[in-house]
Amino acid sequence: MDFSGWRVLREGLRGHTGWAPLWRAATPKKHYDVLIVGGGGHGLATAYYLAKYHGLTNIAVLEKNWVGGGNVGRNTTIIRSNYLLDGNQPFYELSLRLWEGIEQELNFNAMVSQRGVLNLFHSDAQRDAFRRRGNAMRMHGTDAEWLNAKAVRQMAPFLNYDNARFPIHGGLLQRRGGTVRHDAVAWGYARAASALGVDIIERCEVQGFDVTNGQVQAVETSRGRIEADRIGVAVAGYSSEVMRHANVRLPIESHVLQAFVTEGLKPLIPGVITYGAGHFYISQSDKGGLVFGGDLDGYNSYASRGNLPVVEDVCEGGMSIMPMLGRARLLRSWGGVVDMSMDGSPIIDRTQVGGLYFNGGWCYGGFKATPASGWVFAHLLARESSHPTASAYRFDRFAAGAMIDEKGQGSTPNLH
Amino acid sequence: MRIPHPILGLRDQSEFVYLGDACLLERPDGMQADALQKMTEYAYQRDNCRGLHRELWFHEQGDRAWLVVTRNTVTHEIVKVEFANEVASHD
Amino acid sequence: MTNRFADAPGIDVAEPVHFQFDNRTYVGYLGDTLASALLANNVRLIGRSFKYHRPRGVFSDGSDEPNALVTVLREGHPEPNTRATEIELYDGLKAWSQNAWPSLRFDLLAVNDWLSKFLTAGFYYKTFMWPARFWEAVYEPMIRRAAGIGRLSDTPDPSVYDKGYLHPDVLVIGAGLAGLVCSLQLAKGGQRVLLVDEHARFGGRLLFSANAKLRPWLDALVEEVLKHPNIQRLIRTVVFGSYDHGVYGAITRNTEHQAADPGVLPKQTYWTISAGHTILATGALTRSIAFPNNDRPGIMTMSAIEAYAVYYGALKGSSVALFISHEEGRRTALRLHALGVNIKAVIDTRSEALPLTEFPYFTGSQVVNTSGRLGLTGIQVRSSDGTFQWINVDYLGISGGYNPTIQLTCHQGAKPKWDLSIEAFRAADNRPDDQRCIGGADGAFGLGDCWQSAIHAAEAILGQSLHLVNPFNESEPLALQSEYVIYGHGPTFVDMQNDVTIKDIQLSHQEGMSSVEHVKRYTTLGMATDQGKHSNVLGLAALAQATGQSIAETGTTLSRPPYTGVSIGALAGQYRDLDFKPTRLTPSHQAATARHASFVEVGNWLRAQWFPLPHEKYWRETVDREVIAVRRNVGVCDVTTLGKIDVQGEDAAAFLNHVYANGFLKLPVGKTRYGLMLREDGIVMDDGTAARLSETQFVVTTTTANAVPVYRHMEYVRQCLCPKMDVHLISTTEAWAQFAVAGPRSRELIARLVACDVSNEVFPFMACAETHLRNGIRARLFRISFSGELAFEIAVPTRVGNAFFEYLLEIGKDLEVTPYGTEALSVLRIEKGHAAGAELNGQTTAKQLGLERIVSQTKDSIGRVLAGRDALQNDTACLVGLQPVTSSDPLVAGAHLVGLGKPIDAAHDLGYVTSVAYSPHCQSMIGLAYLKEGASYRGKRIRAVSLLDHQDIEVDVVSPHFVDPDGERLRV
Repeated sequence: MDFSGWRVLREGLRGHTGWAPLWRAATPKKHYDVLIVGGGGHGLATAYYLAKYHGLTNIAVLEKNWVGGGNVGRNTTIIRSNYLLDGNQPFYELSLRLWEGIEQELNFNAMVSQRGVLNLFHSDAQRDAFRRRGNAMRMHGTDAEWLNAKAVRQMAPFLNYDNARFPIHGGLLQRRGGTVRHDAVAWGYARAASALGVDIIERCEVQGFDVTNGQVQAVETSRGRIEADRIGVAVAGYSSEVMRHANVRLPIESHVLQAFVTEGLKPLIPGVITYGAGHFYISQSDKGGLVFGGDLDGYNSYASRGNLPVVEDVCEGGMSIMPMLGRARLLRSWGGVVDMSMDGSPIIDRTQVGGLYFNGGWCYGGFKATPASGWVFAHLLARESSHPTASAYRFDRFAAGAMIDEKGQGSTPNLH
Repeated sequence: MRIPHPILGLRDQSEFVYLGDACLLERPDGMQADALQKMTEYAYQRDNCRGLHRELWFHEQGDRAWLVVTRNTVTHEIVKVEFANEVASHD
Repeated sequence: MTNRFADAPGIDVAEPVHFQFDNRTYVGYLGDTLASALLANNVRLIGRSFKYHRPRGVFSDGSDEPNALVTVLREGHPEPNTRATEIELYDGLKAWSQNAWPSLRFDLLAVNDWLSKFLTAGFYYKTFMWPARFWEAVYEPMIRRAAGIGRLSDTPDPSVYDKGYLHPDVLVIGAGLAGLVCSLQLAKGGQRVLLVDEHARFGGRLLFSANAKLRPWLDALVEEVLKHPNIQRLIRTVVFGSYDHGVYGAITRNTEHQAADPGVLPKQTYWTISAGHTILATGALTRSIAFPNNDRPGIMTMSAIEAYAVYYGALKGSSVALFISHEEGRRTALRLHALGVNIKAVIDTRSEALPLTEFPYFTGSQVVNTSGRLGLTGIQVRSSDGTFQWINVDYLGISGGYNPTIQLTCHQGAKPKWDLSIEAFRAADNRPDDQRCIGGADGAFGLGDCWQSAIHAAEAILGQSLHLVNPFNESEPLALQSEYVIYGHGPTFVDMQNDVTIKDIQLSHQEGMSSVEHVKRYTTLGMATDQGKHSNVLGLAALAQATGQSIAETGTTLSRPPYTGVSIGALAGQYRDLDFKPTRLTPSHQAATARHASFVEVGNWLRAQWFPLPHEKYWRETVDREVIAVRRNVGVCDVTTLGKIDVQGEDAAAFLNHVYANGFLKLPVGKTRYGLMLREDGIVMDDGTAARLSETQFVVTTTTANAVPVYRHMEYVRQCLCPKMDVHLISTTEAWAQFAVAGPRSRELIARLVACDVSNEVFPFMACAETHLRNGIRARLFRISFSGELAFEIAVPTRVGNAFFEYLLEIGKDLEVTPYGTEALSVLRIEKGHAAGAELNGQTTAKQLGLERIVSQTKDSIGRVLAGRDALQNDTACLVGLQPVTSSDPLVAGAHLVGLGKPIDAAHDLGYVTSVAYSPHCQSMIGLAYLKEGASYRGKRIRAVSLLDHQDIEVDVVSPHFVDPDGERLRV
């Protein structure tokens, strides 16, 4: 069933009787060609691209709770491709390009809103690092603009220019960056994948892998045993837990990242703004809430909630760069459990277990990667070779010394 | 969170800096033949367990002791706190 | 006086108060809220809803209010989305309605209400997709314009906020009957109690109760609580969040009830409360019943009717109907009637309820529709016999039961459980150990049960039985018949503010969005500013009805902090503007200020950037002069900010030998050595020097940025990896003021200062010594150089740092001593090719820095093993110098390097420029860069390209050592 304005009008006039479920509630079959573990954005996108572009339709997505209940449903909705390193930039640029066509691709309005991502800098050292990154983006064919302090002021007159502990020296702007309605991404992929025949199986938790002679045969789930030729795991946040069932130990720690939203306010903030001298970034949703966040809580955690020190740290950052925020009220806070990898970059690779593939380690930046992650993981699962834009995201990069460390923090996951 | 320091009592988490899994105490000998493989494991691979987790915290705004805290990563309940140097000397 | 019932305890009729709403002046009384005063003035229309812009009025009497949101002027600054039910009235208060244009009564966007059949849940996911470019150009701007409720000012919040910390034995949240009784018993038992309440007065719901005979008992109880020395009290305080290990966040509104800012108190105080035990005496909220057109101004909860009529004396002269499903509703109707409230009708859903004769009483009946565009005019009642009738009323009070206020028990992840015995959610058993719910929060809705639960909790904490007699012995059963939704024609709202209707929930289910989390996200149920306090259970009931499951099976979404909206300003406290972070001043700050130095932030430090002379017009003039002064004569720079760590013990040398990649075992006493510190992953962490003052003592320096991390790392190595070594560390960065004295005449200057012999023979390059100034003050002297010139660093106790700096400049006048700042420091080190922060960016190896040879392969130092990995060893990038072919070309740091005639793209990216400076020595811009195959490009020409700056210039690749590459000047 196609979605369109006409359709909304027609259904409105006839009492909305014609809308069908966005995706079929499937029950597990005995065997699938490909099983995707994890019904979040990445898993659903993988299933969709497999079905759409690789001719595989005997696919199921297994979700332990409800579709979109992981980090795709609890993030700050930002999309951007402003990366520095060669291992990252082409991948995130692919993702941004896929975002730009997502509504038409899925026939679902995920409200991709390219109102720009502005990174502020506050020192000469930061300026130089940003210029290095902006130039790297441009050399990869990605858009990036250099704003001096005056241009920043024109764009965001409400920032703290006159009384700031760390004055704003300028900014690096990616106009194509922006935000997306996060839940809609999961729903849109689920609907489109389901329409192509993918089974989406909710409340189905993977409890074990059947590995025989080094080759994965099936998964044991809360809804029984399901056989598959190939299994892709995309359960960021819980990667270590799921992969432990297959005796695969990961270069990953699980951490909690909090995010915050204010009460609804009339339009105020043009795009996404990040503060270079504090842990704070902010945007405004189409509903009017200011969506903001900051640093990780910083300790290993599987609890999707955080503590007050980070709440304060984020609000202090917010007030110092945007002193008008004082009377905006924090309405809701939440925490997402994220895979913090050892170099701050993801892993999309085969594992030592035959037929078992892994997608994870997304740190706090998995949402923006959703379409490309699905695209390249589908490629890997279908062709058993890495997609060119994701060829650096291998397990063996740590042993080889080929880390992709944007922040230069080394093997301390909570610093990435 | 509040961490029960063995000497200083309950201290707020904001006085501490977190490092990670206490397996970092077990650094392999860098001069052994298999050092590269062992050091790679040591530096990068983590159990990342869901449940009780032994981990290193530094009391930076306090007595500057490194502590081994045994904490549940689901409930955040802390069940044990030891001085890291004592744990490390016993190994 | 005519508009109030007599003897209303909440207001002082002797104190009339003038206030404005939507620019019209009204009169209320001291004690009123904006809501009660407006109602008393017969103003029922207060706002418009979010989506359909439906007229809305007051729905509740507290922080759970979904509808009556206004913008209020506080301390001369507008504050949006403020609940009229919480705004305490003062003379001159000004408030405005929101989300309506051109006026509240006539709002153009109310057209959305007419279009509501198209604007159902999730409609926007299905449309606005064609043509693609219209989304950003047309559709989204249109949606954004309609978004939001209130308007936030884009100028700084002028108010002051503060933070505080409290550590009670027991935190009691809520000063109603249960909270008061429990607090008093705990206090008598010796516990230090912190009792907090949202309202200005203690008493909770009893304050608002129509049960007048309770009042003397309550007054006596409150008085006893107020007098007890063990009870610390906070009013106007909301505990907004529950965190790990008994930590709670709370906000006190200090000044918002007053006309003018008294100038002493912060607007709000944010408290971090660390409690041994916590008692949730938070009560319960009256639950509404949803029915068609249940959102008109004048429709509210039964408790709100009671509060406004009894406590505030409002609603006089208005006709009131009640729509109820339990016995407490019936009792309340009687009490209100006795107080003189005009009860026009009571509609009781229970067929078996005993009718009353004082007013029309409909048993087994429902309200099925209402009338009145801008305010309620009538309700349609369906009687038990199936007949319908309209009754004209001004107000309708609803109660379909009670929801315990248990949000704080959920904040750490414990999901509430549905309790059939009270037809409501109760706190989960796996809530945090330190929490107990009492009274209404525990489902004890009757007075006697409420009292008993408070005593039980006190007994449990005190560990003893109190043997008290329950003063409330009469049984008052609730006899609740659960009633959630009356289905019928017309919009039936479950979430008032976000305009979520029963139809939306049904549609969500129809489209397969049946999990509670999906319904919430698809319909926005419970995501408004009241966080679902009124909508959540009704929505779940509607969902349960749609799915054919029970509410218990349906489950609920998890409440997350904060309980009510919290100002970002309060959470930030005083840490804003210039006080965002502490400002660290160098010892010579005063002397530098006196010399009109320009300062620059380096982390939290402020360092002198340059010292301009009066005739110098442009910063480069100054910096060039300072650089030349160092190269020709002598300069002085405050380098205190570099980290200093004392390393002492028998194993000090062995310890440093482990921490640094190069060797330290054989460093003689009296010598300093450059130290390269790697992370365990083989990447350069920091560099600095280590000076051996004795067999068992070293002084280590770090870069400014890494002073704290390096100390932390060294303590980690010491305590965690080398616990058996005899070595101790202490950071002495703040203890010593340190100055670089650099230039050909530096020895002459130093010799005038210190008692010891500083000749080249006795004190050669890299020498170090503990010594004294000629006046006897302790000093440490190092012959190290960052500039490449003959140079010293001298450290004196911080307290004399400023005087010492002045003294240096005074006695060196004849040597033309010149103070220099960080900019000249940077130029000097770039000319010399020394790496600094820009080169040590956490991504570089010793090999790239050209320091591979100093990494010892004969010892087990941190990082040595992993530095040997293939990809790091095979990386050909290395540090080079760059000099523009045309000396006036503007080389910039962050430019990338591309070969001559090569395309500017990632495939041809050869590296990047790390640092640049204008070099007076070269009379040209110069730069340092990491360049792939750098060694093979030496002497060749490439391009430095900054697409961001539209720059593309030719540069020569040269040695990074622009000055004195053989290091002769250092050693003279």
